Amino acid sequence: MRPSSPQAIDQAAVPWLLAVALATASPHGEHLPPWLSVLFAAALLWRLWLWWQRQPLPPRWLLALLVLAALAGIAWQYRSLLGRDSGVAMLVMFMALKPLEMKTRRDAMVVVMLGFFLLLTHYFYSQSIPTGLWLLASCTLLTAALIRLHGGSQPPAAIIRQAGLLLLQALPFMLILYLLFPRVSGPLWGLPQDAHAGRSGLSNEMAPGSISNLILSGAIAFRSHFASGIPEKSDLYWRGPVLDAYDGLTWRASTPAAGRARMVPVVEARGTPYSYSSIIEAHGQRWLLALDVATSLPAGAVQAPTLEVLAREPLRARSRFVFTSSVDYHANRNETAAALQQALALPPTINPRARALADQWKSRPPARIADAVLSLFRNEDFHYTLRPPLLGADAVDEFLFGTRRGFCEHYASAFVFLLRAAGVPARVVAGYQGGEVNPVDGYLIVRQSDAHAWAEVWLAGEGWVRYDPTAAVAPSRIEQGIVAALPQDEPLPAIVGLDADWLRQLRYRWEAANNAWNQWVLGYNPQRQRDILSRFGMANPDWQGMSAALAVLSGVALLLVTVWTLPRRRRADPAQRAWQRYCKALARRGVTRAAWEGPLAFARRVAVERPQLAALTSDAARCYAALRYGRGDSEQLLVLQECVHRLPARWRNSP
Amino acid sequence: MRQLNVLQQWLFGHRRDQQWPLILGQRRIFIVPSAAGILFAVVLLVMLVGAINYDLSLGHALIFLLAGLGLVAMVHSFHNLFGLRLTPGRADATFVGDLARFPLQLENPRRQQRRALELSFSAQPVVAVDLPAEGSASITLPCLAQRRGRLDPGRITLVTRYPLGLFRAWSYIHPSWSCLVYPKPLRTPLPPASTATVAEYRRGDGGQEDFAGLRARQHSDPTRHIAWKAVARRTDEQALLVKQFAGGASDELWLDWSLTPADRDSEERLSILAGWIMLADEQQACYGLRLPDQQIAPATGSAHRAACLQTLALYQTEETRDAA
Repeated sequence: MRPSSPQAIDQAAVPWLLAVALATASPHGEHLPPWLSVLFAAALLWRLWLWWQRQPLPPRWLLALLVLAALAGIAWQYRSLLGRDSGVAMLVMFMALKPLEMKTRRDAMVVVMLGFFLLLTHYFYSQSIPTGLWLLASCTLLTAALIRLHGGSQPPAAIIRQAGLLLLQALPFMLILYLLFPRVSGPLWGLPQDAHAGRSGLSNEMAPGSISNLILSGAIAFRSHFASGIPEKSDLYWRGPVLDAYDGLTWRASTPAAGRARMVPVVEARGTPYSYSSIIEAHGQRWLLALDVATSLPAGAVQAPTLEVLAREPLRARSRFVFTSSVDYHANRNETAAALQQALALPPTINPRARALADQWKSRPPARIADAVLSLFRNEDFHYTLRPPLLGADAVDEFLFGTRRGFCEHYASAFVFLLRAAGVPARVVAGYQGGEVNPVDGYLIVRQSDAHAWAEVWLAGEGWVRYDPTAAVAPSRIEQGIVAALPQDEPLPAIVGLDADWLRQLRYRWEAANNAWNQWVLGYNPQRQRDILSRFGMANPDWQGMSAALAVLSGVALLLVTVWTLPRRRRADPAQRAWQRYCKALARRGVTRAAWEGPLAFARRVAVERPQLAALTSDAARCYAALRYGRGDSEQLLVLQECVHRLPARWRNSP
Repeated sequence: MRQLNVLQQWLFGHRRDQQWPLILGQRRIFIVPSAAGILFAVVLLVMLVGAINYDLSLGHALIFLLAGLGLVAMVHSFHNLFGLRLTPGRADATFVGDLARFPLQLENPRRQQRRALELSFSAQPVVAVDLPAEGSASITLPCLAQRRGRLDPGRITLVTRYPLGLFRAWSYIHPSWSCLVYPKPLRTPLPPASTATVAEYRRGDGGQEDFAGLRARQHSDPTRHIAWKAVARRTDEQALLVKQFAGGASDELWLDWSLTPADRDSEERLSILAGWIMLADEQQACYGLRLPDQQIAPATGSAHRAACLQTLALYQTEETRDAA
């Protein structure tokens, strides 16, 4: 028993709340400005010291001053207080300073609610499996802090165990809500500018170095799952942006003239089509990286005249798409004059030596010109390297006749320049080439390190034909991948260069787990929800149906949890039950045993009031007294039970 | 307003409980979200909007887990009270201005502990108690005694916010409880001997007793009457000796209403009488009490003291007026 004042916070609960602050805010240290992390740590240590020394909390005005200073710092750091990152910074700042004015239980509740909010903000930056596990751990800690606040002092292990039990019981609700809560596809309003910061991938222009930088990343660009059989590795060209405008340094996608965008490409596919689904990581662009060339598109996507598949909106989140592609095809045999003209355009005057070389080939048929460039690359002293020398203004000239060291972007660029100079329509295509099959789940994984650039040449009667000049220099790049193609001493993305077999196996497993996580947890969007619910037998899952199912299932789960946690009574021992039955039966006949009346005293009273029951009651009472207070044995229990049975049946049962 | 009263009557049933032990069933337990629970719901809603807006799948999972946690907390708050057994005890008499203490036995028949049960009379200090699994606890509920007479503390409010503070589950228990409240004793010197009604009882000057001899100590003798010096001299015997005073236990003393200052109001005069009773009892005097409408013959001992104080406590209250 203790007197209780519901307002003041129990001092022994303070470390729990500081742990909450630490657990929910510290993972943000990775992307917060260092001064804010220092402020956070200092504030927490200060509060811990005050608690340890039992010192009073700092005055309000000092805290207000600190908040103002920190707000000014955040505004200066992020140039705004309204963005996503500055919002997170403000939450962390409040989490650092709120414990310093934590006097009442209400203040402590504010700290815990701030903690819940901060937990959510972690998912702006990562939604990986470790983050998910951190979610569970932090939730347990927050729940434990709430239990400590409202349940008084207990050993920490007991508190954690109760928190775990509560969360375990909450899990069914989470699953039901996750499956059935009608999903809305966001965003509900315009997101701040920094909402999608830090996405990597192909860009819509190709300058020297842009792809070789990308290649150093082992990050996954997308995963594909083929329904039946994966095409040959040398056929795995995943089309990104088509770059057909050159300014002497950078290749860009030309802005299509009005009306041209509506032109539908004509694809004549031959051979077996491949059906597959791709889960593409968010890259902030519209292209969907279909296998060349897509013959059927996912809903809502369009095929540009240059054959790449475009989503309606830039890809802001990891998404899943279903395609059919053919690797053997003719595309746009009748190309528009405008497109061909764009595929011949070159900036004037630059690269005179390359132009002179191309002029010699002008009389040949276009296909022979392309072959001539490839054999130039193949036979002369060209090298494939990630660390090419820097090039000047006449980049193609310097590359072809000087350095002769380059990467796919150099070869594609030089190839297309030569063909255009020789009067053959050609363009650069950026995308990915190859991929790696994960034996664990059978998915083909394409990484940023598989980024590639190649060329397409328009041949009369055949349409656009792919030429990969890199293959002429380093055939192994196409057949085996980047690791085989690069010289030994070149830097490689760490994850790609793994040699040890067990490490590779571990990586396969981890990536397969991630893939499942992505698909089933993170990729659970309105579309996927409808798919899964119709597979479960909901004919036409709309929000009314989902809400109804949600309500019913939640009710059932609530009932189950209620039954699970129902107080379990200890069973009365058989002697007590028999005695209670006996007394109840007598009570129906008007002799009620008082609560204070012992068995023997009761028997004496019965002997007076109901003499005909005296002997029986005396037996029963003596046996019960022996069983209860003396050394009764099983024989006396039998006698007692026999006494109950010797009462007339109509007394024993209800009146 | 009347409808509200009817609703309250129907919901909370302001009747006195007669059956003991009282077992809390679902009919008696009420539960609503606490202020913190409402804050929690609002926070969850804002988080949900954020998760939808930024399309955070894991955010959805977090929010749904917390929503489930809220529901589970509701069940646990309810079960923290459900099945609890309560037995009230008898409250000892107290004085005006002191706390009346009402003993209450709480029993937990289930295999899980119950925590943070907060009990109080309305507008009185709160007592919090934890019950171990299959355990019990005895508490005393304080209630400030403000008027003499029989104190009815009203119903007990039993509240719990355990485990998470998101819900407030409560129940009302209304035992037929009362506590006798004596007037607050006002310490004034005992009435002078000359005013004693029976003249042959000689009393010392100014109420001071004269030393009359030693005798073996009995249990009820106050320690300050022990003759320490005499005890120290007589090392051979076990028993302590006490000083006996003339005009002490053998004297009779009437504590008379008419001896209290007539210019004070009746409550104050009762207080003066109560003070005399305490003083006389401490001095082990044999005293009687005389009030305008009744009197108690002189006697000694704690039972006599209690009878006298009770008479003062109930003097001209409704209870005694109804009896008369």
